Amino acid sequence: MTSNTRGKSRTPRSDDGGEGKEYVGFATLPNQVHRKSVKKGFDFTLMVAGESGLGKSTLVNSLFLTDLHKDRKLLTAEERISQTVEITKHTVDIEEKGVKLKLTIVDTPGFGDAVNNVDCWRPITDYIEQQFEQYFRDESGLNRKNIQDNRVHCCLYFIPPFGHGLRPVDVEFMKALQNKVNVVPLISKADCLTPNEIRRLKDRVRAEIDTYGIKAYQFPDCDSDEDEEAKQKDRELKESTPFAVIGSNMVVEARGQKVRGRLYPWGIVEVENPSHCDFVKLRTMLIRTHMHDLKDITCDCHYENYRAQCIHTMTSKMSADKRVESPVPIMPLSTPDVETEKLIKKKDAELRRMQEMLQKMQQQMQHEQNL
Amino acid sequence: MTTSDVARQGDQNAQPLSLSGHVGFDSLPHQLVNKSTCQGFCFNILCIGETGIGKSTLMDTLFNTNFENFESSHFEPKVKLRAQTYDLQESNVRLKLTIVNTVGFGDQLNKDMSYQHVVDYIDTQFESYLQEELKIKRSLHNYHDSRIHACLYFIAPSGHSLKSLDLVTMKKLDSKVNIIPVIAKADTISKTELHKFKIKIMSELVSNGVQIYQFPTDDETVSKINTAMNGILPFAVVGSTEEVKIGNKMVKARQYPWGVVQVENENHCDFVKLREMLICVNMEDLREQTHTRHYELYRRCKLEEMGFTDTNPESKPVSLQETYEAKRQEFLGELQHREEEMRQMFVQRVKEKETELKEAERELQGKFEQLKRLHSEEKNKLDEKRRSLEDEMNTFSKKKAATELLQGQSFTANANLKKDKDRKNSGFM
Repeated sequence: MTSNTRGKSRTPRSDDGGEGKEYVGFATLPNQVHRKSVKKGFDFTLMVAGESGLGKSTLVNSLFLTDLHKDRKLLTAEERISQTVEITKHTVDIEEKGVKLKLTIVDTPGFGDAVNNVDCWRPITDYIEQQFEQYFRDESGLNRKNIQDNRVHCCLYFIPPFGHGLRPVDVEFMKALQNKVNVVPLISKADCLTPNEIRRLKDRVRAEIDTYGIKAYQFPDCDSDEDEEAKQKDRELKESTPFAVIGSNMVVEARGQKVRGRLYPWGIVEVENPSHCDFVKLRTMLIRTHMHDLKDITCDCHYENYRAQCIHTMTSKMSADKRVESPVPIMPLSTPDVETEKLIKKKDAELRRMQEMLQKMQQQMQHEQNL
Repeated sequence: MTTSDVARQGDQNAQPLSLSGHVGFDSLPHQLVNKSTCQGFCFNILCIGETGIGKSTLMDTLFNTNFENFESSHFEPKVKLRAQTYDLQESNVRLKLTIVNTVGFGDQLNKDMSYQHVVDYIDTQFESYLQEELKIKRSLHNYHDSRIHACLYFIAPSGHSLKSLDLVTMKKLDSKVNIIPVIAKADTISKTELHKFKIKIMSELVSNGVQIYQFPTDDETVSKINTAMNGILPFAVVGSTEEVKIGNKMVKARQYPWGVVQVENENHCDFVKLREMLICVNMEDLREQTHTRHYELYRRCKLEEMGFTDTNPESKPVSLQETYEAKRQEFLGELQHREEEMRQMFVQRVKEKETELKEAERELQGKFEQLKRLHSEEKNKLDEKRRSLEDEMNTFSKKKAATELLQGQSFTANANLKKDKDRKNSGFM
């Protein structure tokens, strides 16, 4: 197709439409990737965090159109006074048009519910780091055939709509997690805000995220050769963060159709109506377009940072202990043996000598200049 | 108020008498009403709730005015209370309304001490009233009563149950103030969820022994409506100061893309019920309860703390005067004791200082003597030297005189010789 194709050219195939053009055939690569990935199946781990009563479970149910929390026990207020945060996991296998997805939802009941919430995000950060550590071990292990990827790919953080913006607990939580997981802040229960109020709150939250230097998940810019419509959509998406969402477990009848919604005496809120809330945008972003990007950033960014930090702490501990035994088998590279140390020392000395010579020469030059 | 109640309960000796004609004391309530209307009424509401939950908006909606409000930030380091007083008038009735709002409630990471600030504020108001009551020259009828008559506790509409902070706070406040819980921003809960939520809240309050304010059911004129309202607690309210055109009139409402929530529509929320119960029907009862129940409890606790009792250790009734006298004696005695102590300490200090000074004086004296001795010694030495010098001078002058004499003699001898020589010489002539 391009002018670079040389060598192994085949006879052009008639169904390809390229008359007289040289044809190699690697344009089918995307199809091959598609086929293999469908066969392998996908996995995705989503974490939801926020105070209780903000509609986290309802939203997850609405997003994946299932009921993941059929029988859960909600604590009373008294029990929650000094409650600590728990981590619960739910894994489901869902399938759509032949594509299999293993979805894991990590819930954090008890976050922000106690009277004293200092450091209440500690169990959450510990959990995320545990998953990273597990993956690190598996990756460095000898048998890497069936690695389970339990790393958290995305964390939906629910901001209550009842206030004027972010609260101290929101800021602290997002800052504690920004380097470990993709944090997507959401305004929950958005049916308590009029369109003006939503706009004001979003502006407020965006400004406060800037002020406090919180690194929430940023949508990647779309390619410059995409058409204008896609660019426009991308821009709109970016400008309406944080998404104001409403979730519902119930199906109601509105405008002659059965839709997911909430029934009020004054009207029906439709979850999938873009003029009512940003649920559709969230679903598009999270599932339909950016799911893989979230996974990529988790793998390439957060996990790699963790890994580098881990190795770094291990080596500094290693040189402090001066012991060769290591918890992970691939460590020997970093323990300098006697030969290398000698070499390093020699090189160090040479470097120092050179530096001295350089200084001397500089001094001479200055001296000559002054003369 | 208390004295008249007591009078009516304790009249075992009065016989009921039937009247043969119209006397006219049935105008007494009217006189009372006239007097109170002239005086004006006073009402204080405390609104407790998270920042942004709608306290100020609800107050604006309830009283149909626009109180000066300002948005507070979420980052207050501790809970504060802000009180603002307004003078309102409706027909010929004047109301001095004080609205106290919490600032920063529920925002801190550690909310252990949040309730304490509210409790302290309420106690302060009770304390100032108590002080006024205990004054010798008091003006209770002119006194601006700042005690909180009603406390609206704003519950966030989570749909599940109370928050832990709500429970802890309400438990601490139920014996100090009339608590009326309301569910704020109720346009986010659907009808079925609301029903379940209300039941859950009430059951949690009951199981934890929280005493919220019950609308009084002893007066037949209002007992029916009050009992009904007691069953609808907590009220689910929506507040709004903006107006939307419905049909052909402007009503207070919130406009959403899916519909319009009308504040005064009883089908949409319980705002009308709250207004009726809080303002129209039970305002006076709230004030009475505050005075007879909460304030009396505070007063009793405070006085007991100070050491006053109603019965002395032999279980005989002790009047306030006696206790007061006893206390006063005790206090005076202690004062005297303290004074004695101070005096003794003073005397001791003075003695110490005296001895110190004497010591110093002695020391000084010693030094002086020493110096004097030295001085006289020196003087003696000096005298000696002078004498020796004088002696020397004398000897010297004597020697000088002697040599002079000698010289004189030799001179005269020479002169005689010369004379002789001359005579001789001249004789020769």
